[in-house]
Amino acid sequence: MPFIPHTPEDVREMLERIGAPDTDALFDEIPAGLRTAALQEIPPALSEMEIGRLMSARAAADGRRLNFIGAGAYEHHVPAAVWAIVTRGEFYSAYTPYQAEASQGTLQLLYEYQSMMASLTGMAASNASLYDGATALAEACLMAVRAHRKSKSQRILVPASVNPTYRQVLQAIAGNQNLAFDLLPYDATGGHTTVASLEKYRGADITALVIQQPNFFGTLEDVDALTDWAHAAGMLVIAVVNPTSLAILKPPGEWGSKGADIVCGEGQPLGVPLSSGGPYFGFMTTRLEHVRQMPGRIVGRTVDLDGKQGFTLTLQAREQHIRRSKATSNICTNQGLLVTAATIYMSLVGPHGLAQVASACMERSAELVDALTRVRGVRLAFDRPRFHEAVLLLDRPVRGVLEALAARDIVGGVDISTQYPALGNALLVCATETRTGEDVATYARVLSEIMQNAAAA
Amino acid sequence: MQEKLIFEHSRPGRSAEAQYPSATAAAQVPEALRRRTPPRLPEVSELQAVRHYTRLSRLNFSIDTHFYPLGSCTMKYNPRACNQYAMLPEFLARHPLAPESTGQGIMQCLYELQEMLKAVTGMQGVSLTPMAGAQGEFAGVAMIRAYHKARLDFARTEIIVPDAAHGTNPATATMCGCTVKEIPSLPNGDIDLNALHAAVGPQTAGIMLTNPSTLGVFERRIGEVAAIVHAAGGLLYYDGANLNAILGKVRPGDMGFDVIHMNLHKTFSTPHGGGGPGSGAVGVGERLLPFLPLPLVGFDGQRYRWLGEKDLPQSIGRLSAFAGNTGVLLRAYVYMRMLGREGMHRVSEFATLNANYLMAGLAAAGFELAYPGRRAGHEFIVTLRREAREYGTTAMDFAKRLLDFGFHAPTTYFPLLVPECLLIEPTETESKEELDAFVAAMVAIREEAQTDAGKLKGAPWTLPVRRLDDVRAAKHLDIAWVPA
Repeated sequence: MPFIPHTPEDVREMLERIGAPDTDALFDEIPAGLRTAALQEIPPALSEMEIGRLMSARAAADGRRLNFIGAGAYEHHVPAAVWAIVTRGEFYSAYTPYQAEASQGTLQLLYEYQSMMASLTGMAASNASLYDGATALAEACLMAVRAHRKSKSQRILVPASVNPTYRQVLQAIAGNQNLAFDLLPYDATGGHTTVASLEKYRGADITALVIQQPNFFGTLEDVDALTDWAHAAGMLVIAVVNPTSLAILKPPGEWGSKGADIVCGEGQPLGVPLSSGGPYFGFMTTRLEHVRQMPGRIVGRTVDLDGKQGFTLTLQAREQHIRRSKATSNICTNQGLLVTAATIYMSLVGPHGLAQVASACMERSAELVDALTRVRGVRLAFDRPRFHEAVLLLDRPVRGVLEALAARDIVGGVDISTQYPALGNALLVCATETRTGEDVATYARVLSEIMQNAAAA
Repeated sequence: MQEKLIFEHSRPGRSAEAQYPSATAAAQVPEALRRRTPPRLPEVSELQAVRHYTRLSRLNFSIDTHFYPLGSCTMKYNPRACNQYAMLPEFLARHPLAPESTGQGIMQCLYELQEMLKAVTGMQGVSLTPMAGAQGEFAGVAMIRAYHKARLDFARTEIIVPDAAHGTNPATATMCGCTVKEIPSLPNGDIDLNALHAAVGPQTAGIMLTNPSTLGVFERRIGEVAAIVHAAGGLLYYDGANLNAILGKVRPGDMGFDVIHMNLHKTFSTPHGGGGPGSGAVGVGERLLPFLPLPLVGFDGQRYRWLGEKDLPQSIGRLSAFAGNTGVLLRAYVYMRMLGREGMHRVSEFATLNANYLMAGLAAAGFELAYPGRRAGHEFIVTLRREAREYGTTAMDFAKRLLDFGFHAPTTYFPLLVPECLLIEPTETESKEELDAFVAAMVAIREEAQTDAGKLKGAPWTLPVRRLDDVRAAKHLDIAWVPA
């Protein structure tokens, strides 16, 4: 039996001490009618060698391709040291740091993480993570409703240029608590959210405005104007941001004249591989005045009995194990191991390295857009500055093009035509610092062949 | 020896240059959007970063280093194979939105995991997307609400919860827009059926239960509980936190539960990671199949594909940006394949053997059990109220002194019902010698309590820090480093 150390001798001695004739007797409180038969649908056990071979075969069958997808998960170089340290047993197999004295490693790391995220986003306070960017946005909206004393409507303005899956998750999670979401249209030329589109809400009771920067299309929003308008109209501002971009973009804490109120986003770009979709982590930061409304764990620095510096979970009265039905959120287990990776990553790249990564991303994606729009039948959708993603419009359905690219080992982007039908045949592409000039040239060449081979739609 | 903060190792201009991509001058960010001052991230060499975080790791207790009998957390060995095969390069490099044709291998793993979880729990459908137990609970309660709303029964907005329930249960009910009604437990640990009778009615959406309960005992009249709630029109939700006690012996589906969540980071041994990531996969009976959260993996006999809104139009929706904590799911898959059908039975058998053996040992040594007449499931409760009365020592004092003896303390002060309690769960992967050593430590600590209580009250003595000032942490909030 894998992982069970007991010898028959052990079992005998233990049953004797308990006073039971056999292990079956230990289950005698369970009604006989409930006892289940053998689990025939479960296959027989595999040795480690056998499961290793099986998994390797399946992974090999999937293979690797040149990736040009972003859409909320971004391929970045993850330094080798990150996961060498993250998978140390002392981090990997540790529990939530409830016994603080036995968890100073994790707790100090989380404090350092909070410090880095607060500074990166230009805010005063960070939590120790939420599940992912989408659920972080849902929690941010719920938090805005709690924090905004004067607004009663529980109405949140959400631009259509916000990630469509995030908007679905918002509805699934926050819809149950009577929040209402109003969709703001995006500008057809720029792909951004305009102050003009907000005008109809002047004078209405709106709790918050969500601003995603860069937005789902990769376009840079006019964050100062939007933030100031929202504040003047009595709304809180929720920022959804890409952490890599914050190395070179103005952080939400400096948007407009007062800065955003709650900041959230997907932390995956910081040291977490694409991993087929997860685990990732959501980050959340805020003003000091709202910290008691923030969900998730928070680590504080304090002293011990000898006056020595130490770290512990704090403000736990917000959380489910204390407040139960009145908690800020039901979240318990969060994404600790991924935060560990992010903290080590940020320490390795530092402020200048992260700025280099961000700059390289902008550069490569600009090269990509340039190369691909030279292909006949491909043009750029929006004319505003971008970070590292862009929407391309094709003269034929995107799906077929993507399938042809995949057959040539290129994962060319995401078809967003269904989510944004007004755009037509729309393809969202991304290039990070991991794509070389050669990669870009390969994509352009193969795309050109594909577009020439089939007739235009 | 105190560890500095990583920021205190920083020097302007120091860097780990091997990690920098080649980029030319700063990219052309529009003036108005440009960041003016760099973020306060560390400026250290690669060695400094590696040394700092390696040293921090050594300040932790972990399963790999210590016996960790945290009740309700199931701190069993996390097999290294699970990590190695979940992190194969192809799985790590794959973008979740890549075409399905490029992901048949991983989708097969996820599909087979769905099927195996159905089999061990006796449920009809499984969704792997919830990213932790609490999110699984959210999905479960949301599905219950969706079910009643679909039948146009809008009055059912109340969730019944035993007073011994984990805090996530009532917190989840609130997040789903429900109200909570607590019912008491009897002195023997079972639910008060009379109170349950009185509590159910046309307002009842459902009941959230764990079995064995958080008191460590099996709810023997679960059949009656199910009958009462179903007769009143409510549904039964199973909190799978304690599944380790019954895995392979009893199936929640057979107990009458309509929806369950499983904690893959407990029962199926994915790593706790210092606070996650977890996975709260949900299973449902026939009634709730249409409402499962998306996406699911489907199989038509030849190809695997993602099931979405068109396949499940009544789904409660998506709970994550992609498909949940995929890497965690792969680890659970490897674990379940290594256990196989024989291993699945053995989990609860040996978890229960270890718990009952440890309980017998502590009882023989004179410690007071909270439920002395009952079998332990995979965990049990010791109350230290007598020691508190006689020596003035608390459960917290025992817990902190256990750390000095090289054991992570059991769960303390949960469930709230039992005064000065320790909730102890050894799990099946611990040896008899480890359990004996734990009993010996508890005996030694109690002797200290009798002769020199200060040894407990001042504990821990041998860890990187002494007992920490929680009050000060909250009062003088310092949650982010800023330069002097």
